[in-house]
Amino acid sequence: MNIVVLVKQVPDTESPRKLKSDDSTLDRAAADGVINELDEYAIEEALRIKEAQGGEVTVLSMGPDKATDSIRKALAMGADKAVHLIDDALAGSDALQTSYAIQQALGRTGFDLVVLGSESTDARTGVLAAMLAERLGIAQLSLANKVDIDGTSIKIQRQTDYGFDKVKASLPAVVSVVEKINEPRYPSFKGIMAAKKKPVDTIGIADAGIDASQVGLANAATEVVDFAEAPPRAKGQIVTDEGDGGVKIAEFLASKKFV
Amino acid sequence: MAEILVLVDHVDGDVKKVSLELLTAARRLGEPAAVWIGPGAEGAKDKLAEYGAAKVYVAADEELTSYVVAPKAAVLAQLVADKSAGAVLVSATAEGKEVAGRLAVKIGSGVLTDVVDIADGGVAEHSIFGGGIIAHAKVKTGTPIIAVRPNSIAPEAAPAAGAEEAVSVSLSDADKGAKIVEKVVQEKGERPDLTEAAIVISGGRGVGGAENFKIIEDLADSLGAAVGASRAATDAGWYPHSFQVGQTGKTVSPQLYVAVGISGAIQHRAGMQTSKTIIAINKDSEAPIFELVDYGIVGDLFQVAPQLTEEINKRK
Repeated sequence: MNIVVLVKQVPDTESPRKLKSDDSTLDRAAADGVINELDEYAIEEALRIKEAQGGEVTVLSMGPDKATDSIRKALAMGADKAVHLIDDALAGSDALQTSYAIQQALGRTGFDLVVLGSESTDARTGVLAAMLAERLGIAQLSLANKVDIDGTSIKIQRQTDYGFDKVKASLPAVVSVVEKINEPRYPSFKGIMAAKKKPVDTIGIADAGIDASQVGLANAATEVVDFAEAPPRAKGQIVTDEGDGGVKIAEFLASKKFV
Repeated sequence: MAEILVLVDHVDGDVKKVSLELLTAARRLGEPAAVWIGPGAEGAKDKLAEYGAAKVYVAADEELTSYVVAPKAAVLAQLVADKSAGAVLVSATAEGKEVAGRLAVKIGSGVLTDVVDIADGGVAEHSIFGGGIIAHAKVKTGTPIIAVRPNSIAPEAAPAAGAEEAVSVSLSDADKGAKIVEKVVQEKGERPDLTEAAIVISGGRGVGGAENFKIIEDLADSLGAAVGASRAATDAGWYPHSFQVGQTGKTVSPQLYVAVGISGAIQHRAGMQTSKTIIAINKDSEAPIFELVDYGIVGDLFQVAPQLTEEINKRK
């Protein structure tokens, strides 16, 4: 089975995240880059599917030079090879454009199954799986907390507010995974060493057949008008409990008409 | 005035509050038209009209709710074309955002997700990076598709006609790719939905074990609140993952958020920082959660929380 797992490098949540004042895009230089956390679950799920079904796991990442770190991590976890789509023309692409670029890159890798995290920790749009399924005309198996594959038949549990939906489809399909679907493995020393020898195919938009007029900040379907740091919250009242802390909170709640 | 399509979220025939919020926001952009997909519109039409729906489009065919997301986007795409809609509003829930994403591809329009306010003219406000930055954005290509975070906009009644119009859509094979074979409802009791609740009580690492979440639930029930949990608590298996508030879980924006035994790591703050009033109970006076609070008690949650529950019940 040809499994493609999508990996995004994001700014570390623990480091300061900023937008650039000139074009309102993410300041990737200001923050440490890390692999998007939910993507680790996607990589793990892809590896487990490969281990059960046979085949190959290809990492596909779109992003600047720095994204190499995240690609290496995915390879160290056990993915077989990688495609790194890197091109200045892609900078500032919005979700709609990103889904187009990835669709085109998937044309180069081919796939039976595309696996990704349900959202990224930076933009948090949570739309990519749906957009890709729509573009590719294949089943959208998103928000999965369980995946079962039998031949070309695939079943997932889709996490919902009330519990979950049992969903079935035929391959090919797009699967997005939620946290807790599995326990992502740590790369072993052997894995880290092996990753250095695994092939990374670095491609630009022309290689992927991406039309330059369809991507990039200038052609985006959305634009940031302005931004500012959020005003700090007014300093609250903090009291050390002297045996009546619960009563004191109740009094505060009463003053705010919550009780 | 252009019609503004509002996709209605509903459970068992009841309109969810977020849909009334969306109808309120839609009035700033044009004439609200509710879009109801699935059975049960009869009982909900009056409510939608009360909150400003001039029209209620009803796509009642049960087939539309038998597949993951795609049919809903197909209904909206057809209506956008037929009615020359001015914008489409959906709730910024996981599924709402997916509908927005598919619709964006279908009609070639820009999509804004997780919006917390909409100004006249369609400029949308986002609270990003865990609430640290307020950004304004707009759609410049196509019919704007805007996913609005529940509890962000106060719903206001503004009675309108609520004229019903049936809609039928024929689905493509691609729309029917992912079949829902069973809906499994897990027990959640009588508590409100986490993302819709006016009050949320969350427990974290300090709660110390699954059995102690009873303290959090009792406090929540005294206030008619939803229960949430920090990642530390869900990772430890003390409370189900679907109740996690934070960057990799749910984003909530209630009137009142009470963090019990939660230190307030950025991961958690990203999911609750836009709450209107914040209270914390934590034994560590240095915990970062206290930087956010309107009122905080430094103390033992096992003393303070039950006392608070008792005091609230006494005052009822």
